[in-house]
Amino acid sequence: MRIRLVLRYLVLVAVLLLAIGPFLWQLSTSLKGVGEDIYSYPPAFLPSDPTLANFGKVADVVPVWDFALNSLMVASANVVLNCLGAAMAGYALSRMRFRGRGFAVLAFLLALLVPGEAILVSLFLMMRSLNLADTLVAVVLPGAIGALNVLLMRNAFSALPAAVEEAAVIDGANAWQRFTRIALPSVKGSVAVVAIFSFMFSWDDFLWPLIVLSNPENYTLTIGLNYLKGTFALDQRLVAAGTIIAVAPLILMFVSLQRYFFRGVGEGAVKG
Amino acid sequence: MAELVQGARRRKPLKREWWLTPWLFLAPGLAVVLLFSVYPFLNTVLLSFTNATALGGGEFTGADNFARMLDDPQFWTAITNSSLYVVGVVPPLVILPLLLALLVQKQVPGITFFRSAFYTPVVASIVVVGLIWTWLLDSRGLVNSLLQGLQIISEPIPFLTDETLLLISAMVVTVWKGLGYYMIIYLAALANVPKELHEAAEVDGAGPIRRFFSITVPTIRSTMVLVAALSAVAAFRVFSEIFILSGNSGGPGGADITLVMLMRQTATGLNGDLGYASALSLVLFVLTLGLMLLVLRLNRKEDEA
Repeated sequence: MRIRLVLRYLVLVAVLLLAIGPFLWQLSTSLKGVGEDIYSYPPAFLPSDPTLANFGKVADVVPVWDFALNSLMVASANVVLNCLGAAMAGYALSRMRFRGRGFAVLAFLLALLVPGEAILVSLFLMMRSLNLADTLVAVVLPGAIGALNVLLMRNAFSALPAAVEEAAVIDGANAWQRFTRIALPSVKGSVAVVAIFSFMFSWDDFLWPLIVLSNPENYTLTIGLNYLKGTFALDQRLVAAGTIIAVAPLILMFVSLQRYFFRGVGEGAVKG
Repeated sequence: MAELVQGARRRKPLKREWWLTPWLFLAPGLAVVLLFSVYPFLNTVLLSFTNATALGGGEFTGADNFARMLDDPQFWTAITNSSLYVVGVVPPLVILPLLLALLVQKQVPGITFFRSAFYTPVVASIVVVGLIWTWLLDSRGLVNSLLQGLQIISEPIPFLTDETLLLISAMVVTVWKGLGYYMIIYLAALANVPKELHEAAEVDGAGPIRRFFSITVPTIRSTMVLVAALSAVAAFRVFSEIFILSGNSGGPGGADITLVMLMRQTATGLNGDLGYASALSLVLFVLTLGLMLLVLRLNRKEDEA
């Protein structure tokens, strides 16, 4: 039995190395100074004289902090719009009876079926005719309220008992008050899931910003990194520093929220 | 007062709203979805039957764009690569995450740490992942340097410059990045496999491998089909992995372009051929939808059986 446990841990550690080893190697490269040979054999896994200079230098050659700020603005807008917009629509779909609800559900389902890649051309033309091409607004808009998030929020609201809201109706609360004061606070978990995924999706998105942005001033971090690599492929340390700047916030966010994340997975399993 | 009590007793679930209220709640969401998904899709269908370019045009040309595909060698390269990608990526993405889920399913000390760590590649953006692997697979990168140091090879392997190796490298990156995502889906499914069945089988003398094939696999078969569907559709839409690993080129002479890469390439630039690019988009849509329907149908049949 003990041998089995040891074996299990050996396999776990091996997979661990495969999963996070590449990130650690990138981190190590980003910390190596100019004097250190990054192509040496045997490879030096720890920098002999760790330095943060590359992070400063990468900002000298491309405005990586501006790119990060652009990404942050896009991602924050995405989170706010998705949480609020999807919750509002989900609330209407699950808690209100009205003519035309079938049509609304159909519109969201249709949107879910269309792969984002298949409408890129048409979406770009639209942004151009709206004079929004090459703006951050154009990066945000198409994903501002995801159909999947709307359906997710509808399910979350549908799981709430009706009784609580009935009391509020008798107290004379209008629809907006019931939504913001009663329903929304009860589905915090689902809102958190929508927030995490909107942030990740938007911070990581590559293809759409690549198509709609042309002026380097408006680049998001992912586009800026690809550009950095194209322009300064010679110094791998700088590319490494740039990627660490891009990935660190996400890993930190994930590590601090992973408890809720895996609890959500567990809950889903029990319900399933 | 009497009226109110009576009303309460009738238990009307919720007050009848002013007719506009639900639409006000729906307006932002509907606007985004109709404007930025449904309308562009309909517009793509229309454009695919025209000769629209970046500079103008847009006359109706019937099925010309679709006829043109048949004679376009790049289209066939793209279709072949996208299909190869599905074939290369789906089997490992159905099997490996399941093994991983079995590995992290048991509650042993520190298991949450391992689960989160295995999920890290999912969290990282595809650009970051692509650049990290470009560095690993470089002719002077870690992989080549280790293999050379161990004297397994004498010359560096051209992972990123050979057309076949580039495609395979991109597949490895896709699988590496997807493992954690599908692992989570499998973990949720495995939690539903009844423990009693395993215990009963163990009493009957079935070993772990026997139990895996006769109990675990049948109960989670529909999840495996789901994972196959999700990963196949995603693989067919591949763009970033190959784009970044090839240094934005699509491999030597564009030999590794995929359907999405061809679409983007056709549409961009001053002589961007928007009609043809839209027709390609429509092919992508039909093929991904077909793939999804096929898998769902297979799944339904299995559930009935």
